[in-house]
Amino acid sequence: MQRIEGLRIEGLTAGYGATTILRDVSLMAEPGRVTCVMGRNGAGKTTLLRSIMGQTARRTGRILLDEIALQDLPAHEVPRHGIGYVPQGRRLFGPLSVAENLEIGLMTRGKGASTREAVLDLFPRLRDRLTQAAGTLSGGEQQMLALARALCLEPSVLLLDEPTEGLQPSMIQLIRDSITRLKAQGVAIILVEQRVEAVLSIADSVAFMAQGQVAEVVPAMGLTPGAEPFRRYIGV
Amino acid sequence: MGTGPLLLLASLEGLVMAAVLALAAVGLSLTFGVMRVVNVAHGEFYMLGAVLAWAVAQFVPSAPMGFVAALIFAPLAVGALAWLTDTALLKRLNYNPESTIVATIGLSYLLQQGALSFFGPDARAVQAPFELRLQFPWFGYSGYKLFVIAAALAVLAAVWWILSRSRAGLVMRATQVDRNTARAFGINVDRVYAGTFALGAGLAALAAVLIVPISQAHYLMGHDPLLLSFIVVIIGGLGSLRGTLIAALIIGLSDGILSMLYPPTLAKILATLVVALVLVFRPQGLFGAKA
Repeated sequence: MQRIEGLRIEGLTAGYGATTILRDVSLMAEPGRVTCVMGRNGAGKTTLLRSIMGQTARRTGRILLDEIALQDLPAHEVPRHGIGYVPQGRRLFGPLSVAENLEIGLMTRGKGASTREAVLDLFPRLRDRLTQAAGTLSGGEQQMLALARALCLEPSVLLLDEPTEGLQPSMIQLIRDSITRLKAQGVAIILVEQRVEAVLSIADSVAFMAQGQVAEVVPAMGLTPGAEPFRRYIGV
Repeated sequence: MGTGPLLLLASLEGLVMAAVLALAAVGLSLTFGVMRVVNVAHGEFYMLGAVLAWAVAQFVPSAPMGFVAALIFAPLAVGALAWLTDTALLKRLNYNPESTIVATIGLSYLLQQGALSFFGPDARAVQAPFELRLQFPWFGYSGYKLFVIAAALAVLAAVWWILSRSRAGLVMRATQVDRNTARAFGINVDRVYAGTFALGAGLAALAAVLIVPISQAHYLMGHDPLLLSFIVVIIGGLGSLRGTLIAALIIGLSDGILSMLYPPTLAKILATLVVALVLVFRPQGLFGAKA
């Protein structure tokens, strides 16, 4: 994994077509730290991650990976700089086999068999499913594969969009453990998450979004489930 | 000639047609499957392949060498034109399904009228690369036609290998499933689309080069292959390679046999009837996925 100083978003305004979703968003993701992004539906959380991946129309602002201006790159070049992405709803290549999904991840940055083995060691259940079509896996296995596919890039920055959505508790714990391990390895993580207890267990800081803006960034340490920002920005 | 030998002869004719049709239809199916573009100009890419084969044959005096040169040059030239079309036209339309249909209709007229202007209205013959007649107990049959079947099978096997076993095929299949996610994993979707469009057009041109020693080159020859390719792709299931091959075999054989026994128009009527029935009872085609 390449060492980086961090991913810095500065004054980003972006959207889809003529519609502007994000307004003047600034955020920092640092190596070995988990930045959670929270907010109500429609606050712009998914759009923020998609903007980092170059999949929205940017109006103004910069997205810097160290000194590399990601916003000037075509979307397919962004992951080649070590940005791994686990989209909402997994977005696996369903008719392709598990092995082929992993191969797509490996091809992104020219990684080989050793990376593949390391990833499969993290998710041994996938080893038994290599020839199975990804779309036929259980929900938990699909999420494992989505994460494994992103890890095949050996990312220095990992973007996770609600990775525990719809999973049973044992699977949620497995995903959380994986995130904790990646954090310890120095990966900078931006995690979009709706579960307060999940956020409090792994986050270093929490960015609360409302109406396309980052309204507040607070350290996770000291936050409690009933803390004022949770009530104000997600209504719990 | 008895009924048995007549049926054998008709089946051989049908197989020749099925082979060429399968090549053209796989090209159309790939374009739709990966890009979701209905390429109405596909028949004109086919016509251009035949016309270029004739043009190349004029420059190379020896028949076998001229044919081999055409077999290489025509698909590459048509593929290059398709790549250019994708970059200059389809990409600018953001591959919008309705807009690309209109754009490829316009392109088909451009290509057709361009061929009329530069090539003329007359049908032109291209000499087969070899003269070989196989003598069956009941009739003699062209060795070149059997070569067409074998060559088409070899190319189709190569296409299958590329799609299912190579990295390029993996990238094409991933793009077909979800182009945004493909981009998030470093796949240059623009290049995949251009390559797929070029491959589809190149296959149509290759089919035409193979058939042109049998049926001659003509600026209006793209109509039938376009219609039949659409029929094959719809019956087989949009984007399904296996379905396309089986449908090509059904349509090719039935057309070959019926054309031998009845007026050729009846074969076309039957093919169209089969499409109507498939659309009524199995709208996704024989091997297509349900929407």
